[in-house]
Amino acid sequence: MPLRRFLIAVAAAFAITVHAAELRIGLAADVTSLDPHFLNVAPNNNAAWHVFDALVHVDANARLIPGLAQSWRAIDATTWEFKLRKGVKFHDGSDFTAEDVMFSLERPATLAASPGPFTGFVKPITAKKIIDPWTLQLKTATPYAMLPHDLDSIFIVSKKAAAGAATEDFNSGKAAVGTGPFKLVRFARGDRIELARNDAYWGAKSAWDKVTLRILPADTARIGALLAGDLDAIENIPTADLTRLKTNANLRLKQKVSWRTLFLHMDQYRDHPPHLSDKSGKPLAKNPFKDARVRLAISKAINRRAIVERVMEGYAIAAGNLVSPPVFGHVDALKPETYDPETAKKLLAEAGYPGGFALTLYAPNNRYVNDEQVAQAVAQMLARVGIQTKVETMPASIYFAKARAGEFAFALLGWGSFSGDLALRALVATPDAEKGYGAWNWGRYSNPKVDALLLQGFATLDETKREALARAAATLALKDVPVILLYHQLASWAMKKHIAYSPRTDEYTFAHDFRPK
Amino acid sequence: MPVFILRRLLQSVLVLFFMSLLVFVGVYAIGNPVDILINPQADQADIERAIAALGLDKPLWEQYLIFLRQALLGDLGKSFAYNIPAIQLILERMPATLELALAATGMAVLLGIPLGLWAGLAPDSWPGKLIMTGSILGFSLPTFWVGLMLIMVFAVELGWLPSNGRGPTTELFGVPVSFLSWEGIRHLILPAINLALFKFSLIIRLTRAGTREALLQDYVKFARAKGLSNARVVGVHVLKNIMIPIVTVIGLEFGSVIAFAIVTESIFAWPGMGKLIIDSINVLDRPVIVAYLLIIVSLFILINLTVDIVYSLLDPRVRISEAKG
Repeated sequence: MPLRRFLIAVAAAFAITVHAAELRIGLAADVTSLDPHFLNVAPNNNAAWHVFDALVHVDANARLIPGLAQSWRAIDATTWEFKLRKGVKFHDGSDFTAEDVMFSLERPATLAASPGPFTGFVKPITAKKIIDPWTLQLKTATPYAMLPHDLDSIFIVSKKAAAGAATEDFNSGKAAVGTGPFKLVRFARGDRIELARNDAYWGAKSAWDKVTLRILPADTARIGALLAGDLDAIENIPTADLTRLKTNANLRLKQKVSWRTLFLHMDQYRDHPPHLSDKSGKPLAKNPFKDARVRLAISKAINRRAIVERVMEGYAIAAGNLVSPPVFGHVDALKPETYDPETAKKLLAEAGYPGGFALTLYAPNNRYVNDEQVAQAVAQMLARVGIQTKVETMPASIYFAKARAGEFAFALLGWGSFSGDLALRALVATPDAEKGYGAWNWGRYSNPKVDALLLQGFATLDETKREALARAAATLALKDVPVILLYHQLASWAMKKHIAYSPRTDEYTFAHDFRPK
Repeated sequence: MPVFILRRLLQSVLVLFFMSLLVFVGVYAIGNPVDILINPQADQADIERAIAALGLDKPLWEQYLIFLRQALLGDLGKSFAYNIPAIQLILERMPATLELALAATGMAVLLGIPLGLWAGLAPDSWPGKLIMTGSILGFSLPTFWVGLMLIMVFAVELGWLPSNGRGPTTELFGVPVSFLSWEGIRHLILPAINLALFKFSLIIRLTRAGTREALLQDYVKFARAKGLSNARVVGVHVLKNIMIPIVTVIGLEFGSVIAFAIVTESIFAWPGMGKLIIDSINVLDRPVIVAYLLIIVSLFILINLTVDIVYSLLDPRVRISEAKG
């Protein structure tokens, strides 16, 4: 039966090519706009990375790598020079030059009505100069080591296509002309983004001709669609479903330690913080969090292994650093605090609280994986060393406003950072609105030596030296237990068996990182 | 009749006004979208600039007056998160929700009334009992669970129907609809069943109760005595008389299906308004929340008006001009 065999062969070949050519991914959060300079939130950036590039890219381990800039160096203390990649074309066929970079660096400041602008990344730049079409010099007022890092967040749009364009022009595709690995085909808001491979891409080309990013915020919808075969891959698997997907023979699961670290802030500035009392409800004579022994006791009272294994079902790793292991500035020597309730009780007694005290732990209930359950677990562990802990949780939309207003003395926060010194600057540096330090230091821990090391680090343009300073600052600060570190989350993806994927620490889901196996 | 409609419209304007005021105060009391949307690394200056750019630095009453002035000119403001007019955002999602709601209501009415009649005419037969037992299940099973089961059985296990999403759309009188293609209908079936189940059970029960009551009435006995055929007695006399409560319920339920299809829309990733409003509440996107609620309130007002008019057509004793509101 040669004819029949031939037909089967044709059909099989057809089936395989069709399969290999199209990828359908289920994303967990809504993309509000395809204007890459409008709103700086992860889901929007994730979509933008498919269509656009930045000068500097970040690899799977959150380290900087060349993007549209082939190289960069500091030519003096306040001037950075970027050498652009030659021969790069925009999706409309026009050439990419320094003019487009100039335009893209200026555009964020022109979009006034943004609740989450990109302006912070370009603010340090005081002057820009085009040397030739592929060389650009950027000046800063003071030595500023973070500039290449900041430029990872500014997407490069085509000046020709985007001049005068509104958000709607990007959504319709008219202005969404980038240099990225995919061209935008269609954006159906709240539903899907359709992409086609950019065959002229300067980097590794995607294996897929066509990609559909489906927006499926409901966990059940995403998982159901993967199981039914309507999707090829999904992101953000709830911990409760991980085991079930793992045992499914048709699927593969991928994990990577995320850049997000969870920890507890403690009020270290007020004498009588709210929701803190002795066990009978009477106010305490002084704020126990101001005593480093109490902070250490709390840290020792927490069984991180139990939280990781029971609450997070193994999808987290205990933290001894503010940033997760692959990230710039992580100190390997800093290990997670060991669980030691006896020493914790002794430390509390030494600090003058032999009978413990009472407090309320606040946490969001829809922001981090299992956030509410983690808070409950911590409360039980603290109760065991005599600290009577009540848990109050609320939606993120209410939680963060209250936390910023200083309504909590003991509160859960998760933080993702590309580098250890950035995390320290936001979380434990002495709050200073002028300098932009300590913006999220809810507990207002303050150590002038740490601040000085950070300041020195951000002015150090040499990467190796800067990393050494970041490590020194982290070691110095964490010795005081300024926050109670809990764990680093693991990010997870699930996909069909025949697809391979290299997961990223920054939790982004890129279609071009998937390959047929 | 015109006086009646005019009075209704005036009342509606008042309702809309209070609704918008409520939403304004409510969202203001919860917090500030900039706190949620801004990059955590942003400094104080950036945060203040963003708050001012959205007009959130002004006192509440001033924000509300600005909103009222714009609203009178037909502009309900731009979404904070999407940066496009809130009305446009909602109207582009509306056809999907309306399509789902109509399909579900249609299904519930076309199946519910005949089955309810059957159960009412033959309450002691086994089909009658079966229908009633089935309707209890339809009432008591939670929507999200039924939705998941539908997906597990028909999409994951059997693979007959797609698990979620809306099929390809075609324009019908300028409105994108998906029920004109087979692929579109395939996508519509499961979410429509899920959404219809509760109304379906409700209509069965109402129809059955109405039928049983009507069968004891004198006019039915008289009609039978006159020798009218059973089909005519049931199809014309009984049905017409039991329709009034059913029409009211269908009208109200249709409104609630549109407004509260949220659970079904999220489980089946149906790109309708329900998904939009949840996302908008999460980031306190006030223009979208206000516009959505105003549209829903208007919709309810419109549906109630239609129901009242349908009443007068069904029952000549009801004179709309005499109705008190």
